[in-house]
Amino acid sequence: MAKATIPEEELMLSGHVGCLGCGATLTMRYVLKALGKNTVISVPACCWAVMPGPYPLRCLEIPMLYNAFETTGASISGLRAAYDMKGRPDINVLGFAGDGGTADIGIQSLSGAVERGDNVFYVMYDNEAYMNTGVQRSSSTPYGAWTTTTPGGTTGDWKRQPKKNMMEIMVAHRIPYAATASVAYPEDMVKKLRKGIDVRGPKFYHIYAPCPTGWRLSPDKTIEISKLATDSCIFPIYEVENGIYTINRKPAKKVPVRDYLRLQGRFRHLGEEELNRIQEAVDWDWKLLLRKEEFMKDM
Amino acid sequence: MRKVITGNSASAYGAKVSRAEVIAAYPITPQTSIVEKIADFVANKEMDAKFIKVESEHSAMAACISASMAGARTYTATSSHGLLLMHEMLIWASGSRAPVVMSNVNRANGPPWSVWADQHDTMAQRDTGWMQFYCESNQEVLDTIIQAYRVGEQRDIMTPSIIIEDAFVLSHTAEPVDIPDIGVVDKFLPPFDPPSKVIPGEPYGYGSLVMPDLYMDFRYKIAESMDLARDRLRQVDRDFQKHFGRSYGGLVEFYECEGADAVILTAGTAASTAKDVVDKMRREGKKVGVARMRVFRPFPYEEVRKLAKMAGAIGVLDRSYCFGYAGPIACEVMGALYNISDRPPIRSYIAGLGGRDITPEVLERLFDEILAFKGKGSGEEVKWVDLKGLEGL
Repeated sequence: MAKATIPEEELMLSGHVGCLGCGATLTMRYVLKALGKNTVISVPACCWAVMPGPYPLRCLEIPMLYNAFETTGASISGLRAAYDMKGRPDINVLGFAGDGGTADIGIQSLSGAVERGDNVFYVMYDNEAYMNTGVQRSSSTPYGAWTTTTPGGTTGDWKRQPKKNMMEIMVAHRIPYAATASVAYPEDMVKKLRKGIDVRGPKFYHIYAPCPTGWRLSPDKTIEISKLATDSCIFPIYEVENGIYTINRKPAKKVPVRDYLRLQGRFRHLGEEELNRIQEAVDWDWKLLLRKEEFMKDM
Repeated sequence: MRKVITGNSASAYGAKVSRAEVIAAYPITPQTSIVEKIADFVANKEMDAKFIKVESEHSAMAACISASMAGARTYTATSSHGLLLMHEMLIWASGSRAPVVMSNVNRANGPPWSVWADQHDTMAQRDTGWMQFYCESNQEVLDTIIQAYRVGEQRDIMTPSIIIEDAFVLSHTAEPVDIPDIGVVDKFLPPFDPPSKVIPGEPYGYGSLVMPDLYMDFRYKIAESMDLARDRLRQVDRDFQKHFGRSYGGLVEFYECEGADAVILTAGTAASTAKDVVDKMRREGKKVGVARMRVFRPFPYEEVRKLAKMAGAIGVLDRSYCFGYAGPIACEVMGALYNISDRPPIRSYIAGLGGRDITPEVLERLFDEILAFKGKGSGEEVKWVDLKGLEGL
């Protein structure tokens, strides 16, 4: 019988106010299971600033510090410095932000914390738009997506720019550890977070966290869509340790990206030409990633 | 230890003898020599602290707030645009009840660029929930940092403080300063011991969403602390006198104000010059005085009302301007006096913006003007002093 690798202890309680099928809640649940009780979390404006419920409610069994939208990187640096001063280098300091709070408004303070080499965890739970405020586009919204600020209209004004690649931005900082993970593969996610406990310096996790509400997706399809994201290679699962790439999941047979896109209302408008264009971009990025892994094998 | 040091150096020593544990700061002229000095202290292990060299002032304040919430005594320093960038986080600090102490070197805001003295940067932070201290000497700069920690960290206060030095006039001018022994300061300033700390084992939410039924009450707690701080600051200045042999007059220092026909009320270093002018004019038989507003927030309305009973006419000299009306201190002073009877006439003077010297000659002329409107009403309510006119340049 296979041994369960996910800790049983629940540090996220069930009484949250997240939407049906929310990937961000699954992300929190697994991340806390991995890091354990000796953890302090700092959360900026994002869905997770609301989901524990209003004062005096809470749903985490660890201290949760709410911070301003653009300050997660600075906040975890401040916490780290305080605990180190107080003789508590053992405490896991975790920044937990959405894609807007990470790739857009928070990228400066994250860059600062990573460049300084501060010994912290940073999770970007990526639901690919400003979901808490009602599905506005972020730099992490994928090409072709409908959002309330890329509404298409009569001019076809969907998101016309590719998704910002936060992993490469982190790698360019010479970060000691960066990984992608997905709610579809909790064992992999937990393993990567536990690995980070032994890494001194910043650890960055780009976690795929579907938002059925914003993606116009049936809420029972959160895991299905997450698997399709990885099997189609639009969201590959890999890690970069001191610059060395390892792909953790290689689909035996690549699923066409249109199978992933057509389950989601946010891509409903895309025609053949656009679908082909997205497939080409996904193929290119996947090939590039395979090459990177191959190139660094002997390093 | 007595040394001849600049105001910026005095700030760094203030943080050191107060045992600040986490410093997060970003360089900006004319604050840089504060953070350079602290970097030296930390690099030489003269100071046991973590210095986070952040990538912006916004992050400096964010890091200080989080470190403070985790139970560390925190310090930062900035100026002008750095302070303006922090604005959001200043409000975050007071809302978090994080008693961060910050030095601010008063510098003009751009554009047009200017690096010289001007109080617009701190006056624009009036409503952020920070206590504001305007200093007159380098000694006061150092001593006020200690006082601010002592008051700000009290459990019913838990309020952050800005210690303010006029750019170059204090920041880069050396004066003899007594640097108290850290052991002596320890007896005056206990370790930071907040009522709650963000640490494992305390699984609460710190700053969560509050619905409309309770938000006001959280704001009222801050208001209450600010009001309490008023008397606490007067007390701590008296205690400081007993402990260190120096004090600064509490919230407002009165210099020859009793029975004066004309008083200039101002904040910062202009008060020093004005005191010299008072001495000279008193010798000539003119009854003039200076009131130095040392603490602008919490606003010392009782002292201002006391001044109104002592003085025949008041000129409020602001080194900044509240666009659309008058000098910010003048606005507040006039507001504080509305509900009392027998108010003296008041005029708002705007002078010394962008580092222009406020000379004894200028001040003497202002005193004569104030003497002239005593008993009559100020007439011109707001007056910009010595505008040159940009036309024809």
